[in-house]
Amino acid sequence: MNNALKNRLIDRVFKYFAILSTLFGLVMLFIFLIDILNQGLSRIDWSFITSLPSRFPGKSGILTALTGTIWVFLLTTIISVPIGVAAGIYLEEYGKKSRMANILEINISNLAGVPSIIYGILGLEIFVRIMDLGASLLAGSLTLALLILPIIIVATREAVRAVPKTIKEASYALGATKWQTIWRQVLPVSSGNIITGIILALSRAIGETAPLIVIGALAYVPFVARTPMDEFTVLPIQIFNWISRPQKGFIINAASAIIILLAFVFIMNGIAVYIRYRTQKKIKW
Amino acid sequence: MKDNKNSYKLQVKNINVYYGHNKVLKNVSMHIEANTVTAFIGPSGCGKSTYLRLFNRMNDYIGNFRKEGDVFIDGRNIYDKKIEVEELRKTVGMVFQKPNPFPKTIYENIAYGLRIQGINKKNLLDEVVEHSLKQAVLWDEVKDELKKSALELSGGQQQRLCIARALAVEPSVILMDEPASALDPISTSKIEELIFELKKNYTILIVTHNMHQAGRVSDKTGFFYLGELIEFGDTKELFTNPSNERTENYITGRFG
Repeated sequence: MNNALKNRLIDRVFKYFAILSTLFGLVMLFIFLIDILNQGLSRIDWSFITSLPSRFPGKSGILTALTGTIWVFLLTTIISVPIGVAAGIYLEEYGKKSRMANILEINISNLAGVPSIIYGILGLEIFVRIMDLGASLLAGSLTLALLILPIIIVATREAVRAVPKTIKEASYALGATKWQTIWRQVLPVSSGNIITGIILALSRAIGETAPLIVIGALAYVPFVARTPMDEFTVLPIQIFNWISRPQKGFIINAASAIIILLAFVFIMNGIAVYIRYRTQKKIKW
Repeated sequence: MKDNKNSYKLQVKNINVYYGHNKVLKNVSMHIEANTVTAFIGPSGCGKSTYLRLFNRMNDYIGNFRKEGDVFIDGRNIYDKKIEVEELRKTVGMVFQKPNPFPKTIYENIAYGLRIQGINKKNLLDEVVEHSLKQAVLWDEVKDELKKSALELSGGQQQRLCIARALAVEPSVILMDEPASALDPISTSKIEELIFELKKNYTILIVTHNMHQAGRVSDKTGFFYLGELIEFGDTKELFTNPSNERTENYITGRFG
């Protein structure tokens, strides 16, 4: 076999390998979705969404878990986004390039890979015990905010770094201050990538169970949380709890709750994609 | 724009510039009169761009930049601690090597310099946009599409837009760092005509690789070599009768 033929063969083999790999992921996701929809769709109605938990599967609803998830989502966003974006901008635009900065950068990237239960232990110690917040929504959201801060910081840094230096120079040369340049040039250009990073980070936070269990979020909360200081549960904990029950009815409830959680994440992502689209439309590339 | 012939628009006194241990400009001094075009020529790495960026302090951002000596504009030392660098840059505009319009509309590109000063009155901005684009001889080409992205313009139009953008904040000095090196010959000649026009109202410093360009547009020329200002004088004189052998070798193409 001559070389050209061999290369073409390798080329083709790799192509099919890549197609197979893509299909593998898609097929698995498809099977999962079909299975979940098949099990849980029929159980979803208005009373499922508006009912409190109960020991009877047929009367049980996800009201507390869903409101808990919405609370956690909002609080975590409010806490983590400003801090994460500001820290990313500081490190990229203001921080001096030094050995210290390098060590810091490596550590932040590493933090993004620390198992979430470790953050749970940290949150339990700092927020629940030292700051005496108890097993509250605020303590849980602070813990999740810590968990996703590294992801937001790294995404912001990369997005800011990708802004052409020539644009910043042009802004400075017209007499703009650093802040004006960041606010009027750097952020509009990089916001798309920053928002993408935030979506990924928040999606992860919404799906977390372990750190919230560690700080003491309960599976059975018979009331709807009204303030950030209330005890709470979230959808993943509710799902985990139902799946571990022996009754068939609870398994179906779990499947239904999974559908609601997926829908929630999809809707949030959709809103974020829309925001990104709107901000990018103002950038006239 | 000073009419007083006794005081120079720009004065450079014994400037030394270092990047770390690397000395990139060696004891350069110079006087430049108002409403003239001064060209800086020399081989790559001779320090001419660094020199140009001294006048609006764009070197300040380079981490290991250090300088000795002083630069005066209208008699004021621009490296004085009391000088606000943002204020300085409103009087010293800059045009870069590659056209670098903002990813905004044509209109917003021009208005940017005013908006960052807090000027947002629409009729004032309209006026400045039109006036600046006319000065840069771009108005007739873009007046109907001011809301279009600046990046949809051709390279030559983009560079004239960048010139208009610099003019909008009403500087008295304009720095140009090889403004035509990324452009085709027709766009280049348009830029050169523009420089000739702008000379009436502005003091222009231009770095160029193109010696013919220096000869065409400038009144004075400075030849830099390895960080030294080898020769500085009337452009005609320098090109026809250079007093230094290295200048002669460079302009006749024997090196560089």
